Amino acid sequence: MNIIIVGGGKEIHFLAKSLISKGHKLTIINKNSEDCIILKRLHEKAIIVLGDGTKPYILEDANAHYADMIIALTGKDQDNLVVCQIAFGLFNIKKTFANVNDPKNVHIFKELGVKTVISTTQIISSLLEERISTEDIHNLFPIEEGNITLMEIDINEDSRVIGKKLFEIDLPNDSIVGCIMRNNKAIIPRGDTTVTLGDRLIILALPNVQSEILHTLLEKVE
Amino acid sequence: MSSPHEYIIIAGCGRLGSFLARLLSSDNKSVVVVDKNEEAFNNLTEEFSGFLIGEDITEIDTLIRAKIDKADVFVAATNDDNTNIMVAEIAKKIYQVPKVIARLYEPTKQELYQQLDIDTICPTILSAIAFKEIILAEEE
Repeated sequence: MNIIIVGGGKEIHFLAKSLISKGHKLTIINKNSEDCIILKRLHEKAIIVLGDGTKPYILEDANAHYADMIIALTGKDQDNLVVCQIAFGLFNIKKTFANVNDPKNVHIFKELGVKTVISTTQIISSLLEERISTEDIHNLFPIEEGNITLMEIDINEDSRVIGKKLFEIDLPNDSIVGCIMRNNKAIIPRGDTTVTLGDRLIILALPNVQSEILHTLLEKVE
Repeated sequence: MSSPHEYIIIAGCGRLGSFLARLLSSDNKSVVVVDKNEEAFNNLTEEFSGFLIGEDITEIDTLIRAKIDKADVFVAATNDDNTNIMVAEIAKKIYQVPKVIARLYEPTKQELYQQLDIDTICPTILSAIAFKEIILAEEE
């Protein structure tokens, strides 16, 4: 795929490396000449364009007519919006991604036609909140733009669900235990699977029931 | 004809925003001027009798505080094209403000936003035309 990334300093090195290693043709547009020099040195296979990616003629220089996807990662929400709209409206790029810094802009950008809107602020703050509330969650991934979350929860000695079968545990309706990791083996559980100490439960759930799940699984035995 | 109670929001209080605010205000329109830099309000003269909001227009809460849902006209006149585009689109598409006008320095962006039913004014093009007319008039 031909992919254009607009903006982004050091933080895009990992993304750029991973896209190039997967065989995508990458063009990076950056308006800072020092950043461009560093980008060129680190990513020899990428095409680096110096300029303001919110201007149609700069996008044309970056061969936007042949691009399949554009990712807007500048620090200003309004610039990211304009990049995506020009890419779609003038260059017919179907896949447009915008990063937004103000989470309130997520639904605004979607109404204004940006296909995928990512709010790193929102993702990071939700991660932090969950980390603070318990240390027994190992991972929490927002999927489908945060509409679903995947949680990994370790069952410690205080948990009151040890020894119970899954159907006896009163988990909220909008959640399901998809897998249990026990002694490095994956078990696909059924209703009669018993939860034991040290299990890591992998749970798929809607975000609004996250805290209820934690409450049910990790609350201490009275 | 427009009613004297027409409610107009102007984003950006630089040379253009402040001058326009003064003209509209002396024409008895109710005008609100928004600029994140409160010092910019010094550009306004005593003739201006509207309201001022010293906040960042790109925050949706600022637009709500400016009562964008009641606006008849929204003018985006900040010194940043992309800010003008974003707030103009929010005014037009999300709050259905009947008349939305944005100032764009960059002529090549104009085409796209006219498709989106936002009126744009490009000072570069306007001055070029004015220059051309003077030059050609002198030749006659």
